[in-house]
Amino acid sequence: MSMLTTMSTGNMQRIGWAVLIGALLAAPFAIHSGRWMEFIELTLFAALLGQGWNILGGYGGQYSFGHALFFGTAAYLQALLQYKLGWSPWLTLWIAIGGSVAVAAFVGFLSFRYGLRGSYFALVTLAFAEAFHVLSRSLVSVTEGGRGVQLPLNQDPEQALATFQFTFAGPFLSEAGYYYTILIFLLIGFAVTGWLNHSRFGAQLQAVREDEDAASALGIDPFRVKMSAICLSAGVTSLAGIYYVQKFLFVDPGIAYGPGKSVEALFAAIIGGVGTVLGPLLGSAFIHIVGEFAKETIGAMLGDRPGVDLILFGIILVLMLAYMPRGLVGLVELLWRKLMTKRGGGNA
Amino acid sequence: MLDVSSLTKRFGGLVAVNGASLTVNEGEIVSLIGPNGAGKTTLFATIAGFLKPNEGSVVLDGQDITGHKPHEICRRGMVRTFQVVKPFAGLSVRENIAVGAHTRIAGREDALEFAGKIAGQVGLTPLLDQSAGDLTVAGRKRIELARALATQPKLLLLDEVMAGLNATEILEIVEIIQQIRDSGITILLIEHVMQAVMKLSDRAYVLNYGEIIAEGSPVEIAHDPKVVEAYLGHGASERMKSAGGADA
Repeated sequence: MSMLTTMSTGNMQRIGWAVLIGALLAAPFAIHSGRWMEFIELTLFAALLGQGWNILGGYGGQYSFGHALFFGTAAYLQALLQYKLGWSPWLTLWIAIGGSVAVAAFVGFLSFRYGLRGSYFALVTLAFAEAFHVLSRSLVSVTEGGRGVQLPLNQDPEQALATFQFTFAGPFLSEAGYYYTILIFLLIGFAVTGWLNHSRFGAQLQAVREDEDAASALGIDPFRVKMSAICLSAGVTSLAGIYYVQKFLFVDPGIAYGPGKSVEALFAAIIGGVGTVLGPLLGSAFIHIVGEFAKETIGAMLGDRPGVDLILFGIILVLMLAYMPRGLVGLVELLWRKLMTKRGGGNA
Repeated sequence: MLDVSSLTKRFGGLVAVNGASLTVNEGEIVSLIGPNGAGKTTLFATIAGFLKPNEGSVVLDGQDITGHKPHEICRRGMVRTFQVVKPFAGLSVRENIAVGAHTRIAGREDALEFAGKIAGQVGLTPLLDQSAGDLTVAGRKRIELARALATQPKLLLLDEVMAGLNATEILEIVEIIQQIRDSGITILLIEHVMQAVMKLSDRAYVLNYGEIIAEGSPVEIAHDPKVVEAYLGHGASERMKSAGGADA
């Protein structure tokens, strides 16, 4: 009986994934409301941020409060190299990823070399993000300062792919080009975390999260593992920065390095469930649905008060951490197990 | 196999280990005993690379490993367990053991399979799919042992694997340790359960105030006046002798 249950659980998971990915791939054909597609796109964007954070925070237990560092560095590189040097976005993309990873390696080396853990690591990442925030504002000759970088809009459908801009890309791509961009990036994020669940590196990373001393006694070099994790995490997060610049053709210091993106990243992952493949997507969907709901209801009562939804998120986050540390995925698993035992009990 | 010579570890003014020397030969079970606070765990931690010694050297299989990192030492074939058990609470028992297995096995499936085999050796098979955080003390001690074994060591350092266990559980662990030795793994263990020390060890060292005060077979050690005094206080040996004389 138990053998049968586990087998069906595994198959259910596989079927679940196939359905989810299939639905995401088919969404643009089924949903014709621009507003809804935009909503889903933003949900996937936050899920990608969360997934990047999840690699280091969820699987590695190193809670970063400055993931904007990796998002912003990629966004600025992607924007500036096109804007100033006129390079192809398909080339700058690689440099954006590389630059993000380099920043991660630098911050990671400083933090992990000197054994910073827990809230100390969180503070260091926060401080670095803030330092880059200030620098991007003050180094006007490089970053255009607070004005930000505005990329020229390509209006020639022929050049849509070459410029990685889909606004004027013809009938289908102009609707769904950016959607598929973020979807592909998110699927890469899924693939990385899926690999963490089934690889030696993933096992070692989780061992370091649970207990560094025990991990090193068992032949794991915690420094090397954490360095790899922060670089991988930055690599996935940088994809969000690349998407953002190609979609909005604009970046400024606040967008790139402000606390907004850092918080969005860890919100999605923590609410959804840290250290799980699906957590960030669930969390992001939850946040966006609740956010919309809050705007509709509370906004209607109090008038348009920006920040009301943030207060709500804060309350939800506290409740989550107190009562559901394993997030929505943990809740779903719990309900699933209850359902299964009930079923098993009924059969027996 | 292991040569520790005049190892000293100081914390500020406190000398936790003072010029301790010991050797472990291949195939032996050697015990390290001593009163609470004698420095046994510190000596272990220094041998296994968790602490850097102030003086002295640690040689494993003819190679100087003094001051090497724990993970390097583990890869060379010496692995320790922790007195205060450190299970990876968020992982299942099988996954816990697989972490150790990954030291020599790259493939995930192979490591998980090997973990199952190791679990059989220490009697954890029925608990393989449980979360390690849900286990009893006895279960956690076994995870410590299993994870260390899964790294396929030549030399196993066991830090009080019997503390907190009941009599039956101790008998089981003693048997497991004997089987581990029979499989060709050399063992150095810290233990307070004297019945187990007497039964298991070929030789024993006694540590007191950071110094090795006696060495020999378990029986020799048990009758060494210095050892008796270390445990029972100054003059205890004399009193025991005279009490014994009076009885006779």
